[in-house]
Amino acid sequence: MRRFLRPGHDPVRERLKRDLFQFNKTVEHGFPHQPSALGYSPFLRLMAIGTRSGAIKLYGAPGVEFMGLHEENNTVMQIHFIPDQCQLVTLLDDNSLHLWSLKQHSGASELREEHRFTLKGPPGSPPSATQVTAVLPHSSREVLYLGTESGNIFVVELPSFRVVEDRTITSEAVLQRVPEDYCNRRSCELVEALREHPKNPDQILIGYSRGLIVLWDLQNNKVTHHFLGSQQLENLYWQRDGSKFISCHYDGSYTQWPVSSDNRHPEPLENFVPYGPFPCKAISKIYWQTTKNGLPYIIFQGGMPRASYGDRHSISVVHGSQQIAFDFTSRVIDFFIIFSSEPTAEFDDPSAMVVLAEEELVVIDLKTAGWPAVHPPYLASLHCSAITCSHHVSNIPLKLWERIISAGSKQNIHYSSMPWPIDGGTNIAPDPPQRDLLLTGHEDGTVRFWDASGVCLHLLYKLSTVRVFLTDADPNDNMNPLGEDEWPPLRKVGTFDPYSDDPRLGIQKIYLCKYSGYLAVAGTAGQVLVMELNDEDAEHVVDHAEADLLQDQEGYRWKGHEKLRTRDGPVRFEAGFQPFVLVQCQPPAVVTSLALHSEWKLVAFGTSHGFGLFDHQQKRLVFVKCTLHPSDQLALEGPLSRVKSLKKSLRQSFRRIRRSRVSGRKRRGGSGNASEVRGPPFRDTLQEMELAPVQRKIEARSAEDSFTGFVRTLYFADTFLRDSSRHCPSLWAGTNGGTVYAFCLRVPPAERRMDEPVRAEQAKEIQLMHRAPVVGILVLDGRSNPLPEPLEVAHDLSKSPDMQGSHQLLVVSEEQFKVFTLPKVSSKLKLKLTALEGCRVRKVTVANFGSCKTDDYSENDLAVLTNLGDIQIISLPFLKLQIRYPCIRKEDVSGIASCVFTKYGQGFYLISPSEFERFSLSTKWLVEPRCVVDMPEVTSNNHVHNKSGMENAVRKSSKQRHEGNIVTCLHSVVASSEVSCMWQESLERIGCSFCWKEEAVGR
Amino acid sequence: MFLSHQHQCWFGAEFRRFSLERSKPGKFEEFYGLLQHVHKIPNVDVLVGYTDIHGDLLPINNDDNYHKAVSTANPLLRIFIQRKEDADYSAFGTDTMTRKKNVLSNVLRPDNHKKKPHIVISMPQDFRPVSSIIDVDILPETHRRVRLYKYGTDKPLGFYIRDGSSVRVTPHGLEKVPGIFISRLVPGGLAQSTGLLAVNDEVLEVNGIEVSGKSLDQVTDMMIANSRNLIITVRPANQRNNVVRNSRTSGSSGQSTESSLPSSTPNILANFLQGEEESDEEDIIIEDSGEPQQIPKAAPTSESLESLTQIELHESTQNGFLPSNEMNLNHSAGSISMEYEVQDPDPKSLEEDGTIITL
Repeated sequence: MRRFLRPGHDPVRERLKRDLFQFNKTVEHGFPHQPSALGYSPFLRLMAIGTRSGAIKLYGAPGVEFMGLHEENNTVMQIHFIPDQCQLVTLLDDNSLHLWSLKQHSGASELREEHRFTLKGPPGSPPSATQVTAVLPHSSREVLYLGTESGNIFVVELPSFRVVEDRTITSEAVLQRVPEDYCNRRSCELVEALREHPKNPDQILIGYSRGLIVLWDLQNNKVTHHFLGSQQLENLYWQRDGSKFISCHYDGSYTQWPVSSDNRHPEPLENFVPYGPFPCKAISKIYWQTTKNGLPYIIFQGGMPRASYGDRHSISVVHGSQQIAFDFTSRVIDFFIIFSSEPTAEFDDPSAMVVLAEEELVVIDLKTAGWPAVHPPYLASLHCSAITCSHHVSNIPLKLWERIISAGSKQNIHYSSMPWPIDGGTNIAPDPPQRDLLLTGHEDGTVRFWDASGVCLHLLYKLSTVRVFLTDADPNDNMNPLGEDEWPPLRKVGTFDPYSDDPRLGIQKIYLCKYSGYLAVAGTAGQVLVMELNDEDAEHVVDHAEADLLQDQEGYRWKGHEKLRTRDGPVRFEAGFQPFVLVQCQPPAVVTSLALHSEWKLVAFGTSHGFGLFDHQQKRLVFVKCTLHPSDQLALEGPLSRVKSLKKSLRQSFRRIRRSRVSGRKRRGGSGNASEVRGPPFRDTLQEMELAPVQRKIEARSAEDSFTGFVRTLYFADTFLRDSSRHCPSLWAGTNGGTVYAFCLRVPPAERRMDEPVRAEQAKEIQLMHRAPVVGILVLDGRSNPLPEPLEVAHDLSKSPDMQGSHQLLVVSEEQFKVFTLPKVSSKLKLKLTALEGCRVRKVTVANFGSCKTDDYSENDLAVLTNLGDIQIISLPFLKLQIRYPCIRKEDVSGIASCVFTKYGQGFYLISPSEFERFSLSTKWLVEPRCVVDMPEVTSNNHVHNKSGMENAVRKSSKQRHEGNIVTCLHSVVASSEVSCMWQESLERIGCSFCWKEEAVGR
Repeated sequence: MFLSHQHQCWFGAEFRRFSLERSKPGKFEEFYGLLQHVHKIPNVDVLVGYTDIHGDLLPINNDDNYHKAVSTANPLLRIFIQRKEDADYSAFGTDTMTRKKNVLSNVLRPDNHKKKPHIVISMPQDFRPVSSIIDVDILPETHRRVRLYKYGTDKPLGFYIRDGSSVRVTPHGLEKVPGIFISRLVPGGLAQSTGLLAVNDEVLEVNGIEVSGKSLDQVTDMMIANSRNLIITVRPANQRNNVVRNSRTSGSSGQSTESSLPSSTPNILANFLQGEEESDEEDIIIEDSGEPQQIPKAAPTSESLESLTQIELHESTQNGFLPSNEMNLNHSAGSISMEYEVQDPDPKSLEEDGTIITL
């Protein structure tokens, strides 16, 4: 009756599973995809970014993050914080307004949508009448002014969004006292800008797109001043004292206007085209910032000469004789200036400029001479060059961590030392449990090292492999800044650079040994670099070896790309990881698998042709093995021939569409309905395509399929390969065709390591009859624990593996998990995933799960990602499915391909080219933002308009209270580096008691 | 009871007559040994045959057809023995005895039959099932469960599937639901040659797992993963060729199965496990560049014990051997068949009852 006992009904195990496993998507790292709006609250010192998919993200001090999503998934057009409140209003492109607020809930703040509202005009009015173009949250915090396309300004109460109809500012009322001749020339058109008077909350400045600007008195509901602009208006900005304002225009000019009680129709003070005299592009936003020394900062977006620099995305900063046009790598979405927001302060004294470009966030320090950029602690552009692979290393020893940070700090000297200026909120999340590194390989041949321990994914160090090779573009070519007298004074800022000089430089596989500091990196053109961490700059020759993977095959011709040419002679490398050996695979096909054993000083690599083993101590190739099947033409010809076949199939499908179009017409014609023949032929095509739906061929895989020799996985293990009495080092390789090769290695003892060669001999070859690609190989010791990583035991961080009991071999193919005995290979257990569910294994790794209830229980399981985007946890060694969570949409192929698991049950995958989603499968290891934004007490005060002096006093006191808060928060940031040393020690103590050992299977 | 018995070779024939207990015929092995002993040919491999009531010469080579043969004795059973190397397989088959007046002459002079070509039936060892309809007794009549044996054949499975929609009766009335359908059969492929699958048949299950809710690609992967022993349950587009079951009591196997298993789910599970284990462990290992060999199964652990018993249960149908009761479908000897069923207590053949073999 055993088989009628459904699995998973053991109540003890069920309870344990609840203590071990839990699925959460915790935080999004990186830069939001397609940002569309930016907002900033000087009061909360929080920044908000809206995206085209309707997401809104708030950022403050590092670790302070909030995220919200509009149900409509519409583009966020504008974000406005309500002054002195924990609230903000968003405007979407469907003309809806949303009120969000930060509220404390069980100790932490949460971002929630409170209300939504769509402005409705009188019945029969055109939709443009209520299309919102400008939003002004009034400092009274009671009303919102909504400028519309019709030129009317509606007033809505907060937070109810009730329209106060009798306070609507109609364009007719505004035009009443405008001179006749001006009026005739232009109507009001849409409201471009609304600005409250900085000193008098009863006055608002209204700018209309055709150029008319009026100052409106809210008390008397009438226009007090008319400013008759002659150019199409883009934006407005008040000077701090309210005596002047500045307008910027479509023709690339800006104009200063005086505001005084004696002149109701003032003439402009100054009209200036900064990049004239030739036609210029619009200045879309402008700031006028006063300083103590009297010289203002004029900061404006755009205004470049249309013909020669019209394609630049620039923001110019002018301060006295200094002028720089910051040239961004992508379109500028919006920007803001951080300045003294103290109402009593006499001057603005700007400290930083924060620019949201389409692909990155750039912050410029305006206090330091030269205006250097500030290194952001979050919102890193992961995709500054496209990510090609990623590798995660958990629990980095402090020593290596510090060395990487010190190497990285030498690269960051050109950054400003200014503390991060956006520092609102308090991070109350517990310190990250351990130091984790996420390594991303990029298309341009760089590897970036990210601090993935906590909520802020922060760049520690960037490694470039380009220096080893000769490429067409010299990296120093375009780095030279423009000369002093260049006009306009452009300066490139930002790191986003999606254009790769040479796709062959792309990084495909990374393997870092955290104990020895050895790093192996492999790329698109068959290059394998072994590197060592060096704290100093060094100049040395990179040894070069070739591995001919086609050794005894004849008559094959590689039609793919050539190998990269290397630099002759010594090469200068900066401090950090420095390559000392380059192994070049021949043919130079993309490296598909990589393994490094730092204890034996061996590196194994595989391509679609075979695999090889290299001794990086003696710098000698140990052996190569060709895995090609004689009929495997595709692998030999390289990627070019595949492109051709794709073209061919495209052509065929077009031909099919055309043919079906013709036949469809013929049929129609035959029916005799002449009028329909002239109908759109496109519909016929669609019908025709529906008639021939997608179909799938059902065929068993045969050995003749192409790419069977493709090496998918490589694994080093010290196990019983030949007999059960002696264990020896071994190398395991799994191919796309379901073959597993095992090689017995003889590594000379340490004292003769340089004298005797490393020997290898093939011991076993296993052919899985289902022929599915092998994606993971793992050896379990006598206690069914995965073998420890190299050097893990030597560093006392893991118990030595059990060599008494018999070892087992776990082979994971895309379709099945199989356990075999060793040394005599006989099958013991298996789990057929595909046969049952039709899903295929995409990623697999061993993860350690600790119980959230007791500290002393933890177990190793397999974490598996399938092609359907499901994550499954499978027990070891009995291969029982424990739990399953839907994680990634199955259509999101790149998301599934980018997924990487950590060793403690967390993971990352790309949700866009620039963002990693972090998830956790564990109840114990959970990294998620937890932060508090304090509610200012000023909200409880009754706000009275005409007692602005008192209001200011209240506001000031609350501000001071808040400032105190920021100081403590900053203090904690500073202190954290000291604390980290402390918890490092305690962690290392914990580390010693770790009794599990593991090896990642799927990479 | 007495049984006649003949032994022939190239040049002559020997006749022996001996008796056997009809109620306790024993095993075929014992009977074979008895024959060798009676004829004093202990080390000669022989083929054993008998004539049934229609006069057809039929082989005796396992317990089943041996029991069957004994049950047809009336009261005499004529048994023919041939030395294996001289064997004339074509002598076996329907009408072999009635068509030729003297089967002996045919057997003695093998070139005799060349003049009259007839349907040649080779020895059961030479048969390999390529497909079968199974579980007729537990499935609704509108469904058909087809098993395709990819094992050992070079023929491609040769069919395609597509997305589509079908109409189901639900508590809320008729509902259109997405389904997976066979879209194309490759000429000369296994699927087409069986004649059991057709274009537009709706695929309901693959190896016991329901297809509903799964995507086309998922179902494709399931079928390919099970391709060595694919069992698909379809609702045929053409419902006119369905197997029409007799009243439920007449099918002995149906009776036994249904009485013990009121719902079909456990049966599906069992079926799946069999299917799973059969295609199992054909993985090949090459040790130290020696000869490739199949990977054996490790000593059963408690976890895999249940499935191991499943394999053994099915082993007899796995080796490509036709159990005799399937041969009997050629005859319409209902009463004898019943007798046989009563005699045979072995449950394994019950599972195969109702199977139609397409050659």
